Order: sequence, then C-alpha cells, then structure tokens
Amino acid sequence: MTAVVQANGLSKRYGNTVALDNVNLDIQPGRIVGLVGPNGAGKTTALKAILGLAEFDGRLSVLGLDPRTHRTELMQQVCFIADVAVLPRWLRVGDAVDFVGGVHPRFSREKCEKLLARTKIKPTQRVRELSKGMIVQLHLALVMAIDAKLLILDEPTLGLDILYRKEFYNNLLSDYFDEQKTILVTTHQIEEIEHILTDLLFIKEGRIVLDATMDAVGERFAEVMVNPDQADAARALRPLYERQVFGKSIFLFDGIDKARLAELGELHKPSVADLFVATMQGTYA
Amino acid sequence: MNTNAMKSITPTSKFLWQVKREFWEHRGGFLWTPLIIAAVMLAFMAMALVTAELTARQHGFTLNGIHIDQLASHIDADEMAKFQGALDLGLITMGFPIRIALFVVVFFYALGALYNDRADRSVLFWKSLPLSDTQTVLSKVAAGLVLAPVFAAIGMIALQLGFLILLSLYAGIHGINALPYLWSPSHLIAMWVKLAVLIPVNALWALPTMGWLLLCSSWARSKPFLWAVMLPILAGVLVTWVQLMNAFDLRSGWFWQHIVGRGLLSLIPESWISLSSLKALEHAGDDPGLAIGNLLSFGNIADQFASPNFLIGVAAGVAMIATSIWLRRSRVEAYA
Repeated sequence: MTAVVQANGLSKRYGNTVALDNVNLDIQPGRIVGLVGPNGAGKTTALKAILGLAEFDGRLSVLGLDPRTHRTELMQQVCFIADVAVLPRWLRVGDAVDFVGGVHPRFSREKCEKLLARTKIKPTQRVRELSKGMIVQLHLALVMAIDAKLLILDEPTLGLDILYRKEFYNNLLSDYFDEQKTILVTTHQIEEIEHILTDLLFIKEGRIVLDATMDAVGERFAEVMVNPDQADAARALRPLYERQVFGKSIFLFDGIDKARLAELGELHKPSVADLFVATMQGTYA
Repeated sequence: MNTNAMKSITPTSKFLWQVKREFWEHRGGFLWTPLIIAAVMLAFMAMALVTAELTARQHGFTLNGIHIDQLASHIDADEMAKFQGALDLGLITMGFPIRIALFVVVFFYALGALYNDRADRSVLFWKSLPLSDTQTVLSKVAAGLVLAPVFAAIGMIALQLGFLILLSLYAGIHGINALPYLWSPSHLIAMWVKLAVLIPVNALWALPTMGWLLLCSSWARSKPFLWAVMLPILAGVLVTWVQLMNAFDLRSGWFWQHIVGRGLLSLIPESWISLSSLKALEHAGDDPGLAIGNLLSFGNIADQFASPNFLIGVAAGVAMIATSIWLRRSRVEAYA
C-alpha cells in the first residue's frame, strides 16, 4: 500500500533555530497516529510542511503529491483542524455549510446537517455567538462530512472541557474513522487519546525519537515498581527513567526481557504519558 | 469506501463562492454604507424641501422673480435644455459622498484582505479547503474593484431616483406636473450606462493602489496600514529632501503624483480625470453639465486607456497582485 505521508530527510530552519532535523516518516493508511512532543519540538512545523503551509528541505510526499506544488489538489483529500479558534468569527453556521459545500467536491451536505442536528448549533448563529465547545463541534461536523483520506488535528480540543473532548474523539471513532482513512493528531492530553491511537511518534528538538505502533510500545517498554533493596539491581539494567512513589522506585525500561524485570518487582504497562516524560527529560533544562 | 460521490466543481463556481464569502464578511461596508448614505441624504433633502415649503407658505416663494406656480408656463425650449444639463450635473455630483465612502471602504478592505484572517488565524480554516491562493487573492480584488462599486452604483441610482421622486412630489404639491421635465428616460438610462461603464474603467485605474494595499496586507506581520501609508510617504519626503539638496535631478512632484498618489489614491472613483481637464471646467462657461459630460465621455475614457500613466499603472498593479499571491502561499502568521 502506498504511504499516506512519506518524509525523507525533512528539515526546516527558522534562522538559527532548527525546527525539524532530518525527519523520516512513513505513515500508512488506516492508522491513527499521535504526534507527541513538548512545546517547540517541531510538531506544528511538521504538520505545516505536510499541509503545504511552510517551505522545507528534504523530500516529502503526501498521498503521492508534493504539498508545496500541489496544495490545492491535496486539500481535496486532506482535512485539517488547527484548534478551536480558527473559524472566522463573522461567519454564519448556515453560510459555512453552504460555502464548504460550494467549494469542496467531497463534502456531503446531508451528513453535515445530520451531525449538526445532534448539537445545539443553529444555522442562523454566527461563530462569535458560539461557545468554544460548539465551535469545535461545528468544525468537526464540517470536516467529518468531507470524505477525505487524511485528517490532521493540531491540538483540536485545546481549552475544551472533558465532555466536549470525549465527544470529539468518540464522534471521530464512531462516525468517521475507517480503514481507508488516516488521522494524524497532536495533543498534550495524551492520556485521553492513547487508547485510540494505533501509532506513536515522539518528537524532541526537531527529531523523531520514537516511532512505533502501540502494540510495539506495549512490548518494548515496561514499568517496574521496585523495593529499595532491589533498586541498585534495577539501575544496573539502565532504566530510561526513575521516579519515587511511597518509598518505592518506579523504573521504566526499554527492551529488557519482561521475565527478568518481573523478578525485580511488580510489572506494569507504562502509560504514554509516563513514557513521554521519560523520553523528554531534560527538554527544558 | 467512498460513500460520497465526487461532485465536480468548476473553478468559476469556486471563485464565485469566494466572492460571496467576501460579501458575507463585508456586507456592512459594501452594501449598507452606500444605501445608508443615500437614505440619510434623501432625508436631508426631504427636510430641506419641507423647510422651503414652510418658508414659502409664510412669505410667498419666488424663483428668479417668477412665482413658483408660474414656473412651468414660463419655461421655454432653451431654458429647458439648460435645466436638463443642470439636472444631469446635479444627479451625477449628488453621488459624491457615496464615492468617497466607497474609496474609504475599499481602501481599508484591501488593507485587511490578506492580513485580518492571518491575525485571527482563520486563514488556517480557509487554507484547509481546496482553494488556490491565486483564486483567493483574485476574489478579493474582484470584491473590492467590482462588487463594492456595483453596490455603490446601486446606492447612487437609488439616491437619484429618490431625489427625483421628492422633487416630483414637491412640484406636484404646487400643481406642476414635473414628470416631463424630471423623468427623461433617455437621460437617465444614458447616465446609468455611464455609471456601469465607469466601474471597469475605475477598476483598471485603481489596480496600482489595490495591488500595493494587497501586497502590504499579505506581507506585513503587523500594522499593514502603517507600512502601506508611511512607506510611500517617507519615500516621497526623502525624494523631496534629496531634491532640495540639489544632489540629483529628481523631480519630487513627479514622484508624489505618480508613485505616492497612484499607489495610495487611485481607488478614488474617477481620479483618472486629470487636473488639467478639471481646470478646463473653469472655462466651460455657463454649461458645466456639458463640460462634465465631456470629461466622462467615452472619447475621454478611451484616451485614458491609451495613456502610459494608465497602462503602466495596470502593469504595476498586476505585478504587485502577483507578488501578494506568491506571499500568500507561505505567509500564514501575523500578530494581531
């Protein structure tokens, strides 16, 4: 199958700052990929390059097209939600539906109206009259009514309460996602989306430091809760990360035999958030 | 699983949707401004007529020694022609406030056209749709140079009609049937055709200003107004200063008129009418209507097209619009 996104040696500098440093990516169809990194790690720059919104060095192909030269063509197959604040405030809901229907060949008006009917949004309202949560419902309804191959979400639920956040991802999973579609999402609320991800990408200082499927993550990484007497033995196995809880040490290991680790203490599957903290340590130091 | 059949959408219909979007966003400036000005002017005219009427009732109202009731019977063919000329002149110049408002509206529209959506980040929404930057920028050019002037022309026509109705009513009160004097279909239609023809002429003339404002709008990371206005003015001041120093043989008057003026003020409707031909008006004698008619004659308009001032302006405008399209590709950030 052809890759949805394929990058080789993708680089981008802003003056002396390296935003992307020789990034290689290979995203296959039917995946939900989480692109996770601290602030300023290059997430948004990577997404901008994929969307043809920024110049870059290296090779990048999205659905077989170069986003720099085929942006208009590409946007028929790619949808994009930046964050809640990007819908123009003067726009009326009804006009927004008419407009997207008027310019997007893959937009289904019926589907959009069905999705909006589930919300409290009325066609005569302007975006400025909607709450943050309703704006994102509107944006999601517009985007989900487009039969696109790649959906890019950049902090789509920033500043929303938990009800809207849950609803957002539930809608995406139940009414949108299928094996022909690919979703690439960045967020800081990893713990809320880790169960829906199929793939994980960690980005740190412009480099991809982890690129694995969630299954592989489960196999590679393990967390062990160790009593103080075993701590030195655990440290000898070179853990990625160590933290203290209730007088015990919790160690995070990468690629160490599970049977060996089980001898040291209680074994857990690490959360993506723990993995993230372990991987990113020293970022702001 | 392609559940939705692909609709085919022509570039033309995409373009029209984008012009419509500009209308949605700027309905107030484009549509309501000329209509409200027309309404306010008509209200003032009505008040003036009522005042005149009340004064006349008290003191007996005469015009050039003729009592108004006798006016109709005292007008001969020669006077009638003069009256028509004066009426035409009045109807044309009446639209002046609407034209000035159009200039202000379109000036600020163009300054914000490629900046405001970057400042509020809604550019990210527009850019998430399959719309080319070329079409986006051209739709804004069309909205500013065609759509807004069309609404202004509608406002002017509404104003003229309202004025004629008021005048007819006023005359009617005095038992004069003013219809044959005021409502000459050939004059009115000729005038409206002229208004329509002036739209593309003004649009082409305005291209350098439109291009410059759009260029600043797509380039500036903040304060596009300052860049757009201060840059040419500072350049003009510099040129004047250099000339005062006698360092080079630079003609600062030429610079102010052709660079600063054309770059900032060409959006003023009919500003292509040159000063020299305006001066000719002073010698037009007692028929200024005819002289104005000559200024706006098709012959004079055609002459404009042939002038280097006009053609170089068009070329400069097109070049600056092309540059704004190019900038629009990758400039998505701005500071509000």
